[in-house]
Amino acid sequence: MRIDKDRLIGILLVSPSIIAVAIFIYGFIGWSGRVSLSAWKGLNPDYTWVGLKNYINLFSDPRFQVDIRNTVIFTVLFVAGALILGLILAILLDQDLRGESIFRTIFLFPMAISYIVTGVVWRWLMNPAQGERMSGFNILFDKLGLDFLINKWYTTPEWGIAFIAIPAIWQMSGYVMALYLSGLRAIPQELREAARVDGATEVQIYRHIILPLIRPITLSAMIILGHISLKVFDLIISTVGKQLQLDVPAIYMWQTTFDGHFFGRGAAISILLLLSVAVLVIPYLRYSLKTEESL
Amino acid sequence: MNRSRSRYLIYIPLVLVTIFYLIPLYVMLVTGFKSFDEISLQTMWSLPKSGLHFDNFIEALSKLAPYFKNSIIMVVPAAIISSILGSLNGYILSKWKFPGADLIFPAILFGMFIPYQSILIPLVQFMKSINLYGGVGGLILAHVIYGIPITTLTFRNYYATIPKELLEAARIDGADIMGIYFKIMLPISLPSFVVVLIWQFTSAWNDFLFAVVLTGSQSWPVTVALNNMAGSQIIAWNVQMAGSFLAALPTLLIYIFLGNYFLRGLMAGALKG
Repeated sequence: MRIDKDRLIGILLVSPSIIAVAIFIYGFIGWSGRVSLSAWKGLNPDYTWVGLKNYINLFSDPRFQVDIRNTVIFTVLFVAGALILGLILAILLDQDLRGESIFRTIFLFPMAISYIVTGVVWRWLMNPAQGERMSGFNILFDKLGLDFLINKWYTTPEWGIAFIAIPAIWQMSGYVMALYLSGLRAIPQELREAARVDGATEVQIYRHIILPLIRPITLSAMIILGHISLKVFDLIISTVGKQLQLDVPAIYMWQTTFDGHFFGRGAAISILLLLSVAVLVIPYLRYSLKTEESL
Repeated sequence: MNRSRSRYLIYIPLVLVTIFYLIPLYVMLVTGFKSFDEISLQTMWSLPKSGLHFDNFIEALSKLAPYFKNSIIMVVPAAIISSILGSLNGYILSKWKFPGADLIFPAILFGMFIPYQSILIPLVQFMKSINLYGGVGGLILAHVIYGIPITTLTFRNYYATIPKELLEAARIDGADIMGIYFKIMLPISLPSFVVVLIWQFTSAWNDFLFAVVLTGSQSWPVTVALNNMAGSQIIAWNVQMAGSFLAALPTLLIYIFLGNYFLRGLMAGALKG
């Protein structure tokens, strides 16, 4: 009897959150979906049904094509760069070093900082000006006699977006390192000892024993980084502002909706963005929750 | 012999990467501490020559002070409310599962990953309709609601590790659902509260998207103000650097002094990791 009452109280306690999530996440996604199928343009809501018109227009929209290209380039460089750097750092720090915690603290501190701060500083570091007005890395390279490294950074034609991956890797590779490091620490020391006794070299131990064991972490990290990369917004805004050259879907959505008042188009971009994230994240959630249950 | 020599070689890449990580911090500080006369792009990498000056920090602070205040007014309640909600949700969803609870939990979790653009248009319309658009209040509400998934996840995972027997014993002693929460769960989950509070504080402090869409110039938090400052031609770049450092300082201090809690929050966000 009392347990039934407790159960009821329990449901009452979580219901505000469940209702909030139902409305503000799922309800609002549905609402955005409806807007994406409407002719809404201008400040006043207009729900005139236009079917998939906004979506079809997007795929022939040159700006959206640039966005897709930029997203692909950025994602590949950022995910690969952060994974490789993160893994290398984790392996180096796993060697029982003196000063390990200092290194770890330094590699992770960018995670505590806003993308806006990162962007504002890297905008100066990657300042593309040359000659008289040279600054940032360019002037450093000039002073060090490394003139061949002086370049146009994010103003490089066609490939400007690639340089945004540098601050992004700076910000996130420490996180990947932490993920890998926790995985490496979970591998029993005896496993390595046994392999050493069998005459395996350190490199062989990593290649054949340790790397296969931490493969699930690579998968998790790829999905987390990948979905961050699809959503990239703040970092580009603060590094370069709104530039068509470095446009991505998240920025296009924001600009076309809130500056241009093309609500139908903005909603369509946001739904496509959501679908691309969902394709990555939903299988990952299912996998994570399933392995949790089997424990 | 060979192994111990190669141990020293490990420090070479580590030190190189350390330099890469510290460059932005170095540039922010070196620029920040120079006097106005000493600022030039030519000498941007050199140390301040005439001692440490605070002019840039003072200038940046005077420009950013109102926005710092907005950030604090917004972040503190947002972090506290979403942590309390997360704790209650985590408790019920791990210890008082009701039919359907195992479906509701992943549905809540998904909310952690969505691109917020996909709820932005309705959110703005909603905030306008309840007169919270353009102010700090609306921003607090957004951070509380969209913080529910991560806070619920962290607490649920923690409460799941607490043995059933402990609850059974309390129940036999006559404690009801809230009695168990206040007498057993709440006291042992204080470390988790620190983790979640820090996490929510950091993400709300660092947020830009909600802030830029939901607030007006009177209620901008520091991220939006800093971004606008950096975009303007009027404010010198040395002041921008000092401002960036100041905007990063609160979360940086939390990271330095409560690093372990910060790391636990980070790992919780990766689910199984």
